[in-house]
Amino acid sequence: MTYQEKKSIVSIASAIFIFVVYSAYKYAVYPDGELEPKEMFHYWGSFVLVLTLVSIVAHIVISIVFNIVFRMTTGEKEPKFADELDKLIELKAHRNGFFVFILGFLLAMGSLATDRPIQAMFMILIVSGFASDVTGSVTKLYHYRRGV
Amino acid sequence: MGKNLVGNHIRRLRFNHGEMTQQQLADMVGVTRQTIVALEKGNYSPSLELAFRIARAFNLPLEEVFFYGEQTGQNEDEGSI
Repeated sequence: MTYQEKKSIVSIASAIFIFVVYSAYKYAVYPDGELEPKEMFHYWGSFVLVLTLVSIVAHIVISIVFNIVFRMTTGEKEPKFADELDKLIELKAHRNGFFVFILGFLLAMGSLATDRPIQAMFMILIVSGFASDVTGSVTKLYHYRRGV
Repeated sequence: MGKNLVGNHIRRLRFNHGEMTQQQLADMVGVTRQTIVALEKGNYSPSLELAFRIARAFNLPLEEVFFYGEQTGQNEDEGSI
């Protein structure tokens, strides 16, 4: 298995881990009772912002740890640059991830249009962001294994 | 994936050029070793520029490194798909 394939698998696993752990934590601290709109927007706004920050930091840390483990276990160095194949696969990953997010965004707008609770819109947006991230990594893994 | 009709003789040519390693070829043409692996497996059709760089690395014309379409009698371990 190549470096890129392993890295894609680690990205998928870390994205799932971060999302599940963070969501479980936020679910546990969800305020009891009916929320005022102001409180609710504050809760979901902070949910998204903190999740974004946590994800970025965790991905950086996991990437550094992965590179160290990769060097130790294989004796190889990770590629220092992205060549044309990497860029092509990156583009395809972005395209698929973007498509999934747009789908989620439209679903979220649909939930507003059909008078669903406002929480549903935020949940759909957050889940579609997560699904978009995973889709991008799965796309990379697929193309590195099966070709372009 | 869709059927890739661009094949190549890179593996055989590396062997004929002093058993050049994938990493050495990758360094010569400015790509990662994984891209050479993908090319040899037939999982990737290179850009025209990369194809020329690879042909130049072997001092051969393009058509002696790459071919288009099915070729019979090819070495099984080569990158025709």
